[in-house]
Amino acid sequence: MLVIKDLHAEVEGKKILNGIDLELAVGQVHAVMGPNGSGKSTLASVLVGRELFKVTKGSVTYDGHNLLAMEPEVRAREGVFLSFQYPVEIPGVSTSYFLRSALNAVRKQRGESELDAMDFIQMSKEKAKLVELPAALLSRSINEGFSGGEKKRNEIFQMAMLEPRLAILDETDSGLDVDALRVVANGVNALRSPDRAMLIITHYQRLLDYIVPDKTHVLVGGRIVKSGGADLAREVEERGYRWIEEEVGAASV
Amino acid sequence: MSEQTSANDLFEPGEYKYGFVTDIESDVAPPGLNEGIIRFISAKKEEPEFMLEWRLKAFRAWEKMVKDEGSPAWAHVKFPPIDYQAISYYAAPGKKKQLNSLDEVDPELLATFEKLGIPLEEQKMLTGVAVDAVFDSVSVATTFKEKLYEAGVIFCSFSEAVKTHPELIKKYLGTVVPVTDNYFAALNSAVFTDGSFCYVPKGVRCPMELSTYFRINTANTGQFERTLIVAEEGAHVSYLEGCTAPMRDENQLHAAVVELIAADDAGIKYSTVQNWYPGDKEGKGGIYNFVTKRGKCADRAKISWTQVETGSAITWKYPSVILQGEDSVGEFYSVAVTNNYQQADTGTKMVHLGKNSKSTIISKGISAGHGQNSYRGLVQMNPKAAGARNYSQCDSLLIGDKCGAHTFPYIDVRNDSGQVEHEASTSKIGEDQIFYCKQRGLSEEDAVSMIVNGFCKAVFKELPMEFAVEAQKLLNVTLEGAIG
Repeated sequence: MLVIKDLHAEVEGKKILNGIDLELAVGQVHAVMGPNGSGKSTLASVLVGRELFKVTKGSVTYDGHNLLAMEPEVRAREGVFLSFQYPVEIPGVSTSYFLRSALNAVRKQRGESELDAMDFIQMSKEKAKLVELPAALLSRSINEGFSGGEKKRNEIFQMAMLEPRLAILDETDSGLDVDALRVVANGVNALRSPDRAMLIITHYQRLLDYIVPDKTHVLVGGRIVKSGGADLAREVEERGYRWIEEEVGAASV
Repeated sequence: MSEQTSANDLFEPGEYKYGFVTDIESDVAPPGLNEGIIRFISAKKEEPEFMLEWRLKAFRAWEKMVKDEGSPAWAHVKFPPIDYQAISYYAAPGKKKQLNSLDEVDPELLATFEKLGIPLEEQKMLTGVAVDAVFDSVSVATTFKEKLYEAGVIFCSFSEAVKTHPELIKKYLGTVVPVTDNYFAALNSAVFTDGSFCYVPKGVRCPMELSTYFRINTANTGQFERTLIVAEEGAHVSYLEGCTAPMRDENQLHAAVVELIAADDAGIKYSTVQNWYPGDKEGKGGIYNFVTKRGKCADRAKISWTQVETGSAITWKYPSVILQGEDSVGEFYSVAVTNNYQQADTGTKMVHLGKNSKSTIISKGISAGHGQNSYRGLVQMNPKAAGARNYSQCDSLLIGDKCGAHTFPYIDVRNDSGQVEHEASTSKIGEDQIFYCKQRGLSEEDAVSMIVNGFCKAVFKELPMEFAVEAQKLLNVTLEGAIG
């Protein structure tokens, strides 16, 4: 479903990604781990088309199409979803109004009819339960005055509503306490499906205790230097990133 | 069915057509401003003596201001000097060029109407196309008129009121904005040609929003408009001026005066949607909109100003409230948008004189393109205004990096028990916010419109329902192309 080949990218002239290769099949969940500055968030940003990030080499195909040629909003409508590390606040725009517009934009692309207000409310009530998001939050301005945990739950709630084919979770665990982490992880697990692929980007392994990935990749210096199963994540947790960096360093000499 | 007949008579196409052809020439004053012109205007309008005297007094005040200090220069706006002797100060109503069909109207203007969803008949009225005799609104207007009459509400053009209710005009005109108030108010007082008058008697709640009525009856009131609204004890009225449709006008200078008088326990809600021609993308042309608006509140009375200012090359207005009475309430809700080379210097004055008087100011300024947007406001609490309270919130939103936002709040508290709260913020419309929306599948245009409308929400909710929806659309049209 997602094929990344030799992907190079830079931000304001600074090279961040130095040749990433990754294949993600539909129905699979992959974790991308790495130390700070390894390019994890850049990878997520490139996949969703943030203007600031320039692809200098390589390709990304999504369902056989050239993902990099699509506008960000088109990628979203085609089913690419990003759970933001830092969800923004938009004062005066209620979450439900925002999400209904988004959902209808996505539905339009899928050739489905617009969802009317009643059906939307019904659907959002159900999906909000998934991440234990109080319904009252939906009528408040997007993320305004939300706690860190509420913001992240709101992201997963939106994912549940938009039903993406490819979900990218960028440091969804950051800033969450154990209870909130469990709630978010349960929500994500409930959304695992044979029709959906997920890319989970994280610094720590603790999220992966709850969301067990099919595959784990370790990103160092803008390249995937090691791939393995769920146990690789645990090894990283125990031994840190240093040993992998050293291993890579030794190999490249 | 008698109204039906009279309405038809009024708009009988043949008569209407010929009616405006006659005597155009003699109905226009030559350019220039002097005492003779003032007398000419007053005579043309068949005004009583007291009106002429009042105009002359205003004219002399204006002349003195011209000599002493000239046009005021304190506002944060720039424009070349205005040649007041080059303006013609009188043209008979209905002089506006009549077109035969919408085909003759600038297609760009029509495209804008389309986006705003303005009904076809209304488009014709706004562009000066002759309107059919079957125009529904005529009978609607007649019904309105009857309803108002039954309630005892007087609502008519200012000229009509001068003739039919001179005693009310004499009693109230200039009592809130005196002829010597400021440069443009003095000019307006001297030369104004028409406007609206509304009088709501004691204890009467005006049976309808005067918005709908006004919109249908939008006449070419000219560049110096005068409005006077009086709500007697316990009376209530809601009034909306303007229109979301873009208004083009040959006259560059517009200097209106609006006076509101709210007696004990009365309430006046005054909403404005201003969309005069803003000039082109290079900043050429456009209306100078220099307006004086002020209201006076007696005990427990309330005056609420809501404005959405999207048009004009220059907007310069400060709808204010003099809180004379105890427990009186003043409110000001404003959205001002400047795009391309538009300039706005707008805000309010809340003058607290009465005990426990309260005021609220919510101002939202949006700047895009090379637009310059200033909030200028005064909150004054006088020694007798014990326990007075004010809450002000002034937010600015910047779109792009060539525009400007400025805030000039003046706070003047002269007693120990007054409370003033002021909050201000300036933010740039965030790349992050726009990207967040795009990542959820929204187009850039929809994203900007959603963010901007969210920013203005606190003001829009004060508008009468049907206009809140139009105001949102208007905002989108005004900011079209502001990004990217």
